[in-house]
Amino acid sequence: MTLLSLHGIRKSFGAVDVLHGVDLSVAAGEVVGLVGDNGAGKSTLMKTITGIYRADSGSIEFDGKDILALDPGQRRRLGIEMIYQDLSLAKQQDVASNIFLGREPTKRLFGLFPGFVDKSEMDRQAARMIERLGAHLPSINRSVGSFSGGQQQTVAIARALTFNPKLVIMDEPTAALAVREVQSVLDLIRRLRSEGIAVILISHRLNDVLSVTDRIVVLRHGRADADLVTAKTNMNEVVSRIVGGGDIAAAAAHEQRG
Amino acid sequence: MASETTQLGFWARVQRASVERLHIRLESLVVLLALSTAMALLSPYFLSLSNFLNILLATSTIGVLAIAATFVIGSGGLDLSLGSVMGLAGVAGAFVAVNLGWPSVLAVIACILAGAIAGYINGQLVTRAFVPAFIVTLGMLGLARGLALVISQGRAIYGLPPEIVYIGQGRPFGIPMPVIILVLTAIVAHMVLAYTRFGRHTLALGDSEGAARAAGIRVEHHRRIIYTLSGALAGLAGLLFTARVNAGDPTAGINYELTAITAAIIGGTNLFGGRASILGTMIGALIMGVLQNGLTLLAVQSYYQQMAIGGVLILAVFIDQYQVRKESRV
Ligand SMILES: Nc1ncnc2c1ncn2[C@@H]1O[C@H](COP(=O)(O)OP(=O)(O)OP(=O)(O)O)[C@@H](O)[C@H]1O
Ligand SMILES: [Mg+2]
Repeated sequence: MTLLSLHGIRKSFGAVDVLHGVDLSVAAGEVVGLVGDNGAGKSTLMKTITGIYRADSGSIEFDGKDILALDPGQRRRLGIEMIYQDLSLAKQQDVASNIFLGREPTKRLFGLFPGFVDKSEMDRQAARMIERLGAHLPSINRSVGSFSGGQQQTVAIARALTFNPKLVIMDEPTAALAVREVQSVLDLIRRLRSEGIAVILISHRLNDVLSVTDRIVVLRHGRADADLVTAKTNMNEVVSRIVGGGDIAAAAAHEQRG
Repeated sequence: MASETTQLGFWARVQRASVERLHIRLESLVVLLALSTAMALLSPYFLSLSNFLNILLATSTIGVLAIAATFVIGSGGLDLSLGSVMGLAGVAGAFVAVNLGWPSVLAVIACILAGAIAGYINGQLVTRAFVPAFIVTLGMLGLARGLALVISQGRAIYGLPPEIVYIGQGRPFGIPMPVIILVLTAIVAHMVLAYTRFGRHTLALGDSEGAARAAGIRVEHHRRIIYTLSGALAGLAGLLFTARVNAGDPTAGINYELTAITAAIIGGTNLFGGRASILGTMIGALIMGVLQNGLTLLAVQSYYQQMAIGGVLILAVFIDQYQVRKESRV
């Protein structure tokens, strides 16, 4: 069943044409890799899905609904979550505040006044979430700006998973992670798939993409230039579709070594 | 977690607890106590109940403005029009009560509404016209002041009805009304900023607009509410001032934004947003009140007081940024 389908998405920033008509579809529980050169427009395309950017033209359907007119909050409530490349964390706030930002649970103060944020409940759930991810943070009551890059990434991942999403977009989720943590993110993606949650994974680490995805979409010249079934492709093909001509053999050899 | 806590000294632990739980800076309390002690030693009049109430009364207007400044700066914005809008609101209220002869309730509403409208315009311009807050509110500083002078034809409006005067001069249980209103406003503002979703979103917005947007917070909408709230609070401050001096004075509140912003920064508000507390701001406002009161008791000319306030603002920001750099976070 198709969960997400994009048709003819175009986006430009002033004179810079980034996307010229991208088609992309993702089925429920499917893991799709999105690859392409630096500046190919991967992050831009994903931000038109979450609503941070408004596509200049084209259509976006999610769960059978046209979501083009919805704002980011409404799209999140439908089950679209994203781990942004820049993480998009509020650095001076603590872990729970970041995980629950925009969806804080509330309680009545003195059993009377509604609308007060239930911070202890937030802390409890945040701690449980971090533990479920098998991550270690020095303290969940510290501002996340004082954490290392990898620890901050953990917080961003926890935020994306706390509210039962249907689609999780991961923009370079392993960029700041050590070897062991990279493996646990890949395991996490497999677990999400087994739970029926769709994932779009953006990564320059093609080995990871090849090992964890069902399909690989290559973004090139502002279009979805290739749509490959992971089981039927290999590193050489993916690299050649990304670079498109030029010194393919050398690039592939480089990737294999790296 | 445990090992880290034990590594910290006692002082650092107390500091962290006060910052995290009570949302105040310990340094500002120390400054307040030191300043009060110094004043008490210098002037025999300082330590008396009546002078204490005097300080609170003089702080009430600034205190309300400082609450407004805390919300705006905490959200990553800036409102330089606070003092002018306060002056405009006071004149608007006096005009409604005296020139139009309408009931006092309408005059009170006029004060707060005039402030809210000015704030709403600020918010619209900041979020829709993409003019920086600094410029928008600097423009409003001139606009509101000019309008106050136009409405009042450059003269103070006298002859307010007794109900209004009571708001400024009444003393139920011996406590001045403006002080009661400030305390109630501060309690509500503290609850809102520290414990409601609105308050948390305000700080998240000041911390990282991108993060707030990604989380689904309607950033522009939220900013417009903040600026409107700021204007409404400036309107309330205008009401308190007008009622206390029993006149709608078009020159009321000149330079008050300077003192209000200083109070907020001393209280621990991050100049660039993301961190703020009303309790801290109230301590900051008290520091400004004690400073002005003490300098007055010591018969220091008001020109020098103005210089002192400006100096304290720069010093407070310097110390804050120095600490941020030392902790090398953000
Ligand atoms: N807000 C913006 N304003 C102007 N140009 C932008 C903006 N965001 C992206 N671009 C431009 O759009 C192009 C695509 O950027 P994008 O971030 O989507 O690439 P990417 O595929 O994610 O690259 P990377 O692999 O480096 O993350 C780039 O040329 C970039 O300069
Ligand atoms: Mg990118």
